[in-house]
Amino acid sequence: MTPLPLTAGLGLKPQHYDEALRCSAPGLWWEVHPENYLTDGGPRLAWLEAIRGHHPVALHGVSLSLAADAPPDEAHLARLAALARRIEPVLVSEHLAWSTWRGQYLPDLLPFPRTHAALHRIAGNIARTQDVLQRPIAIENPTHYLHIDGHDWAETDFLADLVQRTGCSLLLDVNNVYISANNLGFSAQAYVDAFPLHAVAEIHMAGHHADPVHGNALLIDSHDATVAPAVWALYERVIARTGPIPTLIERDDKLPSLNELLAERDQAHRVLADTTHEEATCS
Amino acid sequence: MQLNEFQDALSASLLGDCTTAELSPAWLTSLQAQPGFTVYRNTVLKACMDALQANYPSVCQLVGDEWFRGVAAVYARAHPPTDGRLMDYGAGFADFLQAFGPAAELPYLPAVARLDRCWTECHLAADAHAASADWLATQRADALATLHLKPHPAARWAWCTEHPAYALWAAQREGLGNHEGIPWEGDGGLLTRPQGAVVWSPLTQAGAMFLDACARGACLEDAATETLTNAPNTDFAALLGQLLQMGALTPFTKITQAEEAA
Repeated sequence: MTPLPLTAGLGLKPQHYDEALRCSAPGLWWEVHPENYLTDGGPRLAWLEAIRGHHPVALHGVSLSLAADAPPDEAHLARLAALARRIEPVLVSEHLAWSTWRGQYLPDLLPFPRTHAALHRIAGNIARTQDVLQRPIAIENPTHYLHIDGHDWAETDFLADLVQRTGCSLLLDVNNVYISANNLGFSAQAYVDAFPLHAVAEIHMAGHHADPVHGNALLIDSHDATVAPAVWALYERVIARTGPIPTLIERDDKLPSLNELLAERDQAHRVLADTTHEEATCS
Repeated sequence: MQLNEFQDALSASLLGDCTTAELSPAWLTSLQAQPGFTVYRNTVLKACMDALQANYPSVCQLVGDEWFRGVAAVYARAHPPTDGRLMDYGAGFADFLQAFGPAAELPYLPAVARLDRCWTECHLAADAHAASADWLATQRADALATLHLKPHPAARWAWCTEHPAYALWAAQREGLGNHEGIPWEGDGGLLTRPQGAVVWSPLTQAGAMFLDACARGACLEDAATETLTNAPNTDFAALLGQLLQMGALTPFTKITQAEEAA
């Protein structure tokens, strides 16, 4: 796999296509949901190929449903593999969650009890995906809103075991950690400290908001705001331990101008650059 | 608990209408009692409604956001997406509207929905070389009659006998909210993708018949004869010119580079 440039990237939205094509920010890379480009042809694919001609592109899937108690849909996998051959993404990622079940797609990233059986099933699903794509994928820690009984595993141990069994890498979503810790009442710092950071290939950062009814007791992973200061602080804690890791700013709603997103990306860029600098000073 | 039992119960609960709560297992009732459960319910339904609204913008503009999202919620529960390609969600929405009682006051709505669906299918379809008038001129005259032209993979067309569905649809797509001056008679539309972006133009009933015949595999002469038999006043040369200019047709056999250069 081509190594990612160690810098910061942005989620790409159709509203920004034209500007994105002209954008020459050094080290910039883009991430898209492959589901929006799984077409037989047409302008979407042409846009993505044009973007790919200028900057690296990562594919961040939302519907492979790896945590479903069923193998991944072969037709979906074949389409994903075809897109990956065409775009040659720098990274392919998915979620530790399920969404497609018995022929229905529930557009969300749904939770499940982390049992031994689930671990076995998901490891098999990741292995099947990696076989078809002929490359390792990165698995993202999900956002949690529910206390679920019956977990055999802590999430960090579950992810570490998946890495060991399948050779996958991990995508650490720092905003998801912050929200889940808040909603379920655990320590975000302790979670990050227990996370198998050696396997992290990419980091996600995004904004969230408080639930209109329940307030700050229930934070929503809305991707509709700038990254919160507390999430930046948690991110700096991670980067201080790991050194630079490719970092993506996600924004899916209340989309600001591309310049505003680039400014937020610069903030991540500075954290990464400072880390590089400190390491260089130490060595 | 088995993973598949968990997923059966949770998926039914997320898409359901909450009326089967008394049948829920205790663990599910405990999840449903938590504030976070609503987050999943809302996210699933909102994503389906947003996708349907994005894919049926002209219908939405005609009925207003509130009415549209009401019917979108009913549709999403009855016909949830089957895979993650939400850009393609809602293939059966026009038929659903046809049978949806509250939509009966707007009898043209299903036909407008069909045109919204035509746009989506045109936008997502495969690429192919379109047959041009120049290319047709290079074909041997004695072979023209038996030449097979098929609709381009991205070409979509619709004819509505009772309502000016295309005029209403095009007015919405072109940002013209005013429907005054639209004659209340049947009309049709053709959508193609000659340069990447979806474009549209009015289509006569004869044009729709000719494209239907080509789609069934009729050769040029048979398709023309069928069209002219049913619509004798058709200016066939003008119709063919329109279809070629719009990139609506493609040869059955792949156009060679030499032919394209010619």
